Parts: sequence; C-alpha cells; structure tokens
Amino acid sequence: MTATTNHQGARLRRWLHLGFCAAVLIFLVAPVLVVIPLSFNAEPYFTFTEGMLRLDPDAWSLRWYNNVLSEGRWLPALGKSLLIGAAATIIATTLGTLAALGLSSPAMPGRGIVMAVLLSPMVTPIIITAAGMSFFYSDLGLGQTHTALILAHAVLGAPFVVISVSASLSGYNHDLNRAAANLGADAWTTLRRVQLPLIAPGVATGALFAFATSFDEVVVVLFIGGPDQRTIPREMWSGIREQISPEILAVATFLIVFAALLLTAVNWLRQRDYARTS
Amino acid sequence: MAFPLNSSLLNNRRLRAGLLAAPLVLFVAVTFLAPLAAMLVRSVHEPAVARALPQTLGALAQWDGRELPGKAVFRIAGSEFVALNERRALGSVATRVNRLESGMRSTLLGTARALAAEPPGDSWRQAMIAADPDWAEVSSWLALRRAGEAVTPRHYLNALDLDRGGAGEIVRQPEDRRIYVSLLLRTFAISTAITAICLLLAYPLAWLLAHARPRRAGFLLLLVLVPFWTSLLVRTTSWIVLLQNQGVINDLLVALGILAEEQRLALIYNMTGTIIAMVHVLLPFMILPLYSIMRTIPDRHMQAAASLGASHWQALRRVYWPQSLPGVAAGSLLVFILCIGFYITPALVGGRTGQLVSSMIAYHMEQSLNWGLAAALGGILLLLVALLYVIYDRLVGIEKLSLN
Amino acid sequence: MRFLVPPLVGLTLALALAGFGAPAKAQTLTVVSYGGSYGRSVERAWVEPFMAETGIDVRMEDYNGGLAQMRAQVESGNVFWDVVDLVTPEAVRACDEGLLEFVTLDELPASADGTSVSEDFPPDSRSECSGGGLVSATIVAYDNRQFPGERPTRLEDFFDLERFPGRRGMRRVPIVNLEFALLADGVPLDRVYSTLDTDQGIARAFAKLDTIKDEIVFWEAGAQPPQMLADGEVVMTTAYNGRIFNAQVLEDQPFTIVWDGQVQETSGPGIVLGTPRLEIARRFIAFVSRPESLAGISEHISYSPTRRSANALVSTHLETGIEMAPHMPSAPANMERALISSWLWWADNGDEMNERFAVWLSR
Repeated sequence: MTATTNHQGARLRRWLHLGFCAAVLIFLVAPVLVVIPLSFNAEPYFTFTEGMLRLDPDAWSLRWYNNVLSEGRWLPALGKSLLIGAAATIIATTLGTLAALGLSSPAMPGRGIVMAVLLSPMVTPIIITAAGMSFFYSDLGLGQTHTALILAHAVLGAPFVVISVSASLSGYNHDLNRAAANLGADAWTTLRRVQLPLIAPGVATGALFAFATSFDEVVVVLFIGGPDQRTIPREMWSGIREQISPEILAVATFLIVFAALLLTAVNWLRQRDYARTS
Repeated sequence: MAFPLNSSLLNNRRLRAGLLAAPLVLFVAVTFLAPLAAMLVRSVHEPAVARALPQTLGALAQWDGRELPGKAVFRIAGSEFVALNERRALGSVATRVNRLESGMRSTLLGTARALAAEPPGDSWRQAMIAADPDWAEVSSWLALRRAGEAVTPRHYLNALDLDRGGAGEIVRQPEDRRIYVSLLLRTFAISTAITAICLLLAYPLAWLLAHARPRRAGFLLLLVLVPFWTSLLVRTTSWIVLLQNQGVINDLLVALGILAEEQRLALIYNMTGTIIAMVHVLLPFMILPLYSIMRTIPDRHMQAAASLGASHWQALRRVYWPQSLPGVAAGSLLVFILCIGFYITPALVGGRTGQLVSSMIAYHMEQSLNWGLAAALGGILLLLVALLYVIYDRLVGIEKLSLN
Repeated sequence: MRFLVPPLVGLTLALALAGFGAPAKAQTLTVVSYGGSYGRSVERAWVEPFMAETGIDVRMEDYNGGLAQMRAQVESGNVFWDVVDLVTPEAVRACDEGLLEFVTLDELPASADGTSVSEDFPPDSRSECSGGGLVSATIVAYDNRQFPGERPTRLEDFFDLERFPGRRGMRRVPIVNLEFALLADGVPLDRVYSTLDTDQGIARAFAKLDTIKDEIVFWEAGAQPPQMLADGEVVMTTAYNGRIFNAQVLEDQPFTIVWDGQVQETSGPGIVLGTPRLEIARRFIAFVSRPESLAGISEHISYSPTRRSANALVSTHLETGIEMAPHMPSAPANMERALISSWLWWADNGDEMNERFAVWLSR
C-alpha cells in the first residue's frame, strides 16, 4: 500500500518536475520565436491579426524585409558591425589564445591574479565599462572612431577566448610537450605542431563568442560611438526606442537565424573538441 | 624559426608562460583598467572651473565665507569673467557653477556681458551688483568657490544624496532632491529578486539536464543556449511584442475572454516588465553554472540516501543540495553581478518604475552631461562589483567562470 | 609562427580599413535634425533644394535633442556633425558653452519686402548661434475614436481623469510639462515662470502632475506620440503639433489637436564649432534662413517661420493642398491661450528641474 503511494508519489513528482522544466524551456525559447511569424505581418502591428491566424495569404507579406533592404540604413549598419566585429575578434582571439596557453602552463607565475585581471571585463557591469571608456577615449582624442570601438570590443571578447581555449587545454596532456622536446622540437615548434592543432576547436569557439559579443554590443557603442559607428545593435536600439516598426522584427528574425548558425557552429566545434580530448 | 629570442630563454617555462600571457594582460590594462581608472579620476577631479578662474579662486581662498568678499575680489572676478567670455570659455564654467546654484548661469554670463558693454572704471562691486543682484548674496560666491575645487568629494556626496552646508558640513539633500540611495537600494532589491527567481526556475531544469541521458541532455542544452546566443536587443524586442498593451499576451487573454478589453494588464514599461525580461536574459547564466556542478554529482548518492530510508525531499535537502551549493553560489553571484549593472533591458522595457541605477548613470553621461556624478555613481557600483568578484573568487574560483 | 600570420595580416587590414572608414568626405555636409515626419520635411524643403542649387552632397542624421554628442565631438576634435537643428533653449546653452559657431545677422539673407534682417527676426526668436527659425508648439492631441461622447477641449481636460479616463502620453522631460501643469492648475499665462521661480510653484506643478502620474506613458522621440495614439497605447498625449498634423493629413488618422494651452518654442539650425566644413555649413545656414526656405517647410509640416517677412509666403500643403495658415501654432484662432516657452528660464533652471523631475519619476 505505502509502496504504491510512494510509487505514485514518485511518478507525480516526476511529471511535475518535467512539466515545470518544459514550462521553463518554453519561457526561454518561445519569446525568441514569436518574433519570426510576426515579421511577416502585412499590417504595421505587433500582434497576430485575424487574417494571419486564418492563414490568409494577404495578411502575410515580405514588406518589412523589403523596407529593411531598401531603407539604406540597415545594410551599412551590417557592414560596420561585421567590420568592427571581425577586427575585434582577430585581436581578442590572438591575444586570448596566447594568454590561455600561458595560463595553462603549470609554471605560470601569479596565475590567480592574472586570471582575475583577464576575466574582469566580462564581469564588470557594461555601463561602468562604457562610461570609463567614454572618458578615456575622449581624453585621448579617440572618441567616435572605429579604432576605439574595435579596441573596446576586443577587450570585452577576450575573456571568452581565454575561457574556451583554457577549457580545451584542460584536457591537454603536458607529457606531450616533453615528448616533443625529447624528439628535438623546440618550444615554438611544439606549440605550433602539437598544441595548436589540438586546441583549434577551442580557439574557434572562443572566436565565435568574441564575435557574438561584439555583434550584439550596444552600450559601449552608445557611449563612445559616433554617427560613423552606427552598428546593427545601435540602429535597433534607436528603432526600439523611437519608432518601433515591424521592420525591427524583420531585422530581429535575421539576427535569430544568425544566432542559430553561431550556436550550431559552436555545438559542432564542441563535439569535435570532446571527441579529440576524450 | 624566425623568432628573435634564443631558445634557452624560451625554454625557461616560467618566462615563456609569462610572455604568452603578457600581451593580453597589457591589452586589458590599457584598454580596460585604464578607462576604469579614468572614470575614478573623473569622479573626484573636476579641474575645469579651477583652470578657468585661477585669480578669482585665489582671491576667494582667503575669504571667510560669511560676509560678501571685498572690493578687490569683485574687481578680480569681474575682469576674469569678461576675459573668459571673450574667449567663449565662460559658458562651460557657468554651466558647472549652475549645478551648485541654479540661476548662476545667467548671473555669470549676463554680468560678463554687462561689464564688457560698459566697463565699470573702479566701482566693480557696484557694477556687478547692478548687473545682477545675485552678487550681493554670499551663497553665489560660495557656489563659485565650491565649483572651483579641482579635487572634490562632491560627486560622491551627491551620489549618496548628501551635500555640503554653508559652513562645509555634510548635510542630507532636501527631501525632494533625494534619489540615489533609494535607487541603489531598489537596484539591490530587484537584483536579489531576479537572482532568486532565476535560481528557482533554473535549479530543477539544471537537475534534469545534468542527469538526463547524454543525447537528450545535449538537445535540452541547445534549447537553453538559444536565448543565450540571441541578440539581447532581439529578446527585448520580443518581450515588447509579447507584453505590451496591444501585444500578443494581452490579445490572447482578451480573445479567450479571461480579460475584458479595458482590463488589459500593464505588463511592460514598469517593474514587472523589467523583471520578466531580465529573468529571461539572465536565466542561462544561472542554468549553466548549476549544470556544470550538478553533472559532477553522481546519481548514486541520491539512490544511496533513498535506500537508507530518506524521503525524496530529505535526500534532496541533505545530500544533493549541499553538493550543488558551489553551482548555486556561482550562478547566483554571476546573475547578481550582471543584474546590478544592467542597462539595455530596463531602459527599453522598464518605463518609469522599472529603472535601475544604470539608467541614472546613462542619463548623466548622455543627457545632463554631469560626468562627475556619472563617474561617482559608477565608482560606487564598481566597488560593489569588485567586492562581489572577490567573494566569487574565494567561494567559487574565477577560473570556473565557464559559460560553454 | 606561421599560424600568427593570417590573424596579424587581418588585423592590419582591419585597422587600415577602420582608419579609412572614419573621416567623412570633405565635401559631404552632415545635417542633424529630429527625424520622423519633421526630418523628412527638412530633407525635402531644405536639403534637397540646397543640394540642387550648390551641388554639395548632404547626409542627414537623426537625433533626439541634447548636447552630449555635440560636446563629445567638439571636445575630442572629431567633428562629424556640421549643422545641427536645435530648439532655442538648447541652442542658447550650446552657444554659451562654445559648442556652436556664432551666426551674425549680416550672414543671414535679406527679406524680400525690404525689412531689415534685424527687424525681421522677432526678439528672442533665435540664439546668437542659430539661423533659420521655425515656430512649433507642444500641444495635447487625442484620438477621436477614444471619445465617442464628450471630447477634450481644454488643457485642463488632459489632467481630468474622471471625465476623460485613459492613459496619457507625455515627454519624459520637465520642459513644457511643468508649464502645462501650472496652466491647467489655473496659473495665468504671464505668471507661469514667476510661479516656477518659487519652490512652492515648483511643488505645485509636480503636485498637479502627480494627479495623473499613474496613467502616464512617457515618450522620448517626437515620432512616438502619433504612433502611441494610433496603436491605442494612450487616449491622449502631448505632442509636437506638426507630427499630429502629418498623421492627420498623410495617414488619415482621426486625431484632434487641443490648441488651448499650447506651449510655443522656436528652433533653428546651428553650426558645430570646429567643423572642417565650416564654409559649406555657413552656406547651408544662409540658404535655410531665406524667407522662402523657411516658408518651404510649411509645405510639408505645420511649423511656421520665425521671420516675419516669411510668414506671408506660407501657402498650402504640397501633397494635399490644404491651406496651412490655420494649422500653424501662430494662427490667431490657436493663440487664444498660448504660452511662449522661456528659453532663458530653462537655460538657468534646466539642470535643477531635470534633477527634480528624475526624482519625481523614480517615486
């Protein structure tokens, strides 16, 4: 009798648990997805019209996508986002990978403090970082330049590279270094021929993280960017704030597809990394 | 091998590790720590007025601050105002003095114009008081002197709703000028609430992820990562679409007859909107650290507890929970730290009542241009975050800060 | 070290590109204005004819007012904005702070009817750094569909939640709103600013705002209020009269303007100090300040010229042929209770009011 109630209790608990988790997952994913169908709304509203629900083809349209392509501010913004993102990613990935290699060495002096410094841009509230950078770059006469923004985004992205390369390296067997040395390879040859190929997926993941960080960053752009640094997030920010039109939803849909691609790439890289290190 | 260093040096492993990390350390120091330092300097250092009015401030240094300054001070100040105004440099001084005493902007500029139009000969005092009677008030001169302090705790005082009284003592701002302390407290309260909600939502889900079969766990993890990778602005847009008065959720509730047309819920542009959208944004930051810790807790611990006769809840509380605490601490601290400095989401969906201290920093940066005050607010926030960061390091270890 | 080569090459390239991307072409003038339907009017009435006449390329940018970006550009020496459209209180402040070039009267074009330039501009209608000059008004507007019965007719109705329930839109700044509050509370036009000079007066204004505080939805950009009305987010809102006019005539929106208690402001373009394109910026200001250019704006939106001689040139709306004069803030029928905003008062008290307003908002 008690065994049955226990058993029933366990089942109930299990279903409650699963139901709760399903609800949380829906909460996480559904809001992102709801934007997609609404971006095909023929009317300038942010809700499903009756026509849309009846699947009336007239209620659906590509007009907002047309607007985005024809309206002359989104494509230049995309260009700027890609340029700034790419430059920041290159800096962050290069410096971050080297630093992670250094940090992985058991001989690294003062590892704790170095790590804390390197990761601090990630945990400092962005509003503070942006305010500080705004003072700093305007004092230097670099306010409102691509250079300042690229440096800012690079330092925000670098911690992600450090983390993801470090994670790849955590499975790294340092005996390999010694083996390589015994075979006559010097330290740099070892790094290039042995370590780097093994951590390549980690480097690529870090680079994607760094790129995504820059591609989505708006507060620093707001504070130190000028009219020549109007990136996609910057345009979205003013779009949402001022004249929210379904155009924003079309851009958002593009960004969701982009995020899905990034996520797939990262997932694929992680599986490769996992396959190699295990 | 084109590298110029010789190999014995490179084979010194300590040096080599240090050299590898050095470029990024240097880069972070220059492009991140230096800006933070620049902000802290700004929060206590405002030399503009001191630089512009060296003679006036020099003359005022000896003044007792109780009665009007002497004739000589009037003459020095008046001629300095006129000279500055000719170089178009008086306006920025006037703006700064005006922050301490409203009305001083036009007092300064008007006086400079009047004195330039009609040079006063030797009765500067009369001429200035005739140009603007404010010069017969001790408070005007006090404001001028205080604005001239190049190094000043003023912004920190203001950021804590304090000010200096006539004799330099620290007093609270009048009731209708107090805002920052309550805003800081509100920021703390909201951050705590959001952290708690995130923990509540994340814990069962992380448990499921950690103890599901690998394939399914992989799929569920992907779902958690979808919002994580999606642009913050996109997610915020989504919430506006969903929650606004004429939005999807209200439409649905009305269509289902749960609400009447005029009963539509105010779900956005208020505190509710801020909390909902921020929980959504920050939830993955709670799930991922929890998941990475829970994955290391073997299933058999719960089973062992159950076989020893513990009820499910007992086992959960006594056996599982303590082992998951590092994840709880990691996730909670991370979410809390991110919360207290969050700007974008509250600014877009917070309306009047859902704003955090970040909105005032942005306001002083972009609108009021009171950069000293923005820097002081940032300095206070930075101190809090640094404290939490140290706690995090002690409790969890910075190197465990992994999000993928 | 080969692995480092591609990233380093890329880095160099990216930085080089970034370097090239930064400076705007020397002969492209950047004109900054308030966007939305007003921005389009500026484009069609000023920018396009200017380009046609001079062959100078003009790029337009939008902003929401405020001096922050201008100050950042002037202080850093990287001036991207050449000409900025400013409401007079902000122009006065920017001029005082040395963010704008002076615009002297002799730079401004003569009037057609022989009035001297100094007489043609009414006193206080422009700062020492502004050209052009348009009169606009902040008014209360409502959506007819929301009031099938009795309709608002007076400014007081904006504050009357019992007779006219529903949410109200209001700009998220103290300017104009404090004036509205006092006017609706019974303060006569000529006593508004002297009342605001006292602490009790300020408290009275905020107390009046308190009565509708819970029903206010705040806006920041001039384009928002017509949209908020159209979306049904609010039943009534404060707005710039021109934006409401354009929504009425171009989008057939059933909106009505309550002219009672309007607050009038002037605005005009200024030149950012230190622009490398000073000469063409001055040409633009001179072009815009011509009576026919100022009147040209009124073919697109219901803002009238500050220049007296230009008012005679105001005719009809280009797209719809509507007679514009009755829709102007300065039309006699609309002036029965109209407050002229005091830029002097706001230049002096703006900081303190903003601070108090922020406190009020947060409570």
